[in-house]
Amino acid sequence: MIRPRYEHGHSAHCESGVMSLMMRHYGLQLSEAMAFGLSGALMFAYLPFVKLGGMPLIAYRRMPRAIIKGLQKNLGITMKMQTFSRPKKGTEILDGLLAEGRIVGAQTSVFWLPYFPEEMRFHFNAHNLIVYGKEGNEYLISDPVFEAPVRCSTEDLQKARFVKGVMAPKGLLYYPAHVPEVIDYAAIIPKVIKKNARAMLKTPVPIAGIRGIRALARNIGTLGKKDLRYAKLFLGHIVRMQEEIGTGGAGFRFIYASFLQEAGRLIGSPQLAEASVMMTAVGDQWREFALMLARAIRSKKSQTIDFPALQLKLEDVAEAEADVYRTLLSKR
Amino acid sequence: MDHSQVPQHNISTYANNRKAIYATDTNGDYTLVASSGWDVEGEATRQALAELERLADAAYERVVSGEISPLSFHMYNRRMDLQVLAESTGLFKWRIRRHFRPHIFARLSEKMLALYADALGISTEELGGLPEQRSLR
Repeated sequence: MIRPRYEHGHSAHCESGVMSLMMRHYGLQLSEAMAFGLSGALMFAYLPFVKLGGMPLIAYRRMPRAIIKGLQKNLGITMKMQTFSRPKKGTEILDGLLAEGRIVGAQTSVFWLPYFPEEMRFHFNAHNLIVYGKEGNEYLISDPVFEAPVRCSTEDLQKARFVKGVMAPKGLLYYPAHVPEVIDYAAIIPKVIKKNARAMLKTPVPIAGIRGIRALARNIGTLGKKDLRYAKLFLGHIVRMQEEIGTGGAGFRFIYASFLQEAGRLIGSPQLAEASVMMTAVGDQWREFALMLARAIRSKKSQTIDFPALQLKLEDVAEAEADVYRTLLSKR
Repeated sequence: MDHSQVPQHNISTYANNRKAIYATDTNGDYTLVASSGWDVEGEATRQALAELERLADAAYERVVSGEISPLSFHMYNRRMDLQVLAESTGLFKWRIRRHFRPHIFARLSEKMLALYADALGISTEELGGLPEQRSLR
């Protein structure tokens, strides 16, 4: 079977970018925003008991691999997913798949990828990329968060695929086994969006969805009692989780607004178009919040940080975001 | 966010790379804009790096004065903490903490040193000493 040459594309987020690029390669036109939205992976979670670099886990989306799994479920794509206990075996299988002419998705650590900017190399193990070929001892890599394709040696990629720890990739490789030719968007889009909106509004746990945002806001309100250095690191950590790791800005809210716009046009829904505009405004509010955090971090020791003001701002964001989900759930 | 407001602050942490940001064009249509970074993000990243540097510097001093073993320094120098090192090696935290004591570290087997060296991505010789200048590579 002759496949078209692989074409790299720049994306905001690694996992949705990989899925979009991979689907396009196999003939299904699916933008990154659609891949993200249709996976139903938009979320918010604040997990004070799970520590990442000594800081509580704050996530603006569901768990890693949720986009891959969500797309399988919602679009009827079948992915072949494989993990390995021995690194050497994982490299052999990858090389074999490439020799067959496949492009292969892989989960890796960020820290051990030498092509990442030095200042961006942290121990985060749920990065995703596409390997689309091998030349000599070097893999040809399409890392969706980079503008152009990159290269990485066999040893370095193996190290990055087999780090141990939280969200350890275990050498995960994935590629599509079945890609549907037609997708019934008119049926799927409303279903996925409503389910996602309900999950954001009506979680039973007080640390997920809109309730999670409010829980984080309350926590910020109490930071005045904590050590100032810790408080500042915590605020910086929130900014990083929201803006740093390929979220398309404002913790995926802009990607989702883009999805709502595209989906609304696809099925001719003014309701989705309206929600898209609202979600863009929410994204802008998240950015205003990040700016306030940055100013607080900058402030000198003599000045006191106005934690209640930060709490109030985040509560406003939560309310505005809840409004978007209510609009998406309203019957017209 | 309007496409004209997408920050282009050329932040050092991107090292001349650009990131894709979703923004609306003049018609309100979403489009991908390549951004050279937002100061707010760059500052947050550098703050986290500075904290890791601070920990590594402090460890460096304590290794020089003989209070702790080089393992502690190399852990921070690789942007790890006790939790990440424990997960990367499969060892219990208390065991690693024990190996922070110089006289215990000095008695470690070749096998144990190799385990640490592999997790940290350095040679066993490097693990046993301190670099003259600290760097990631």
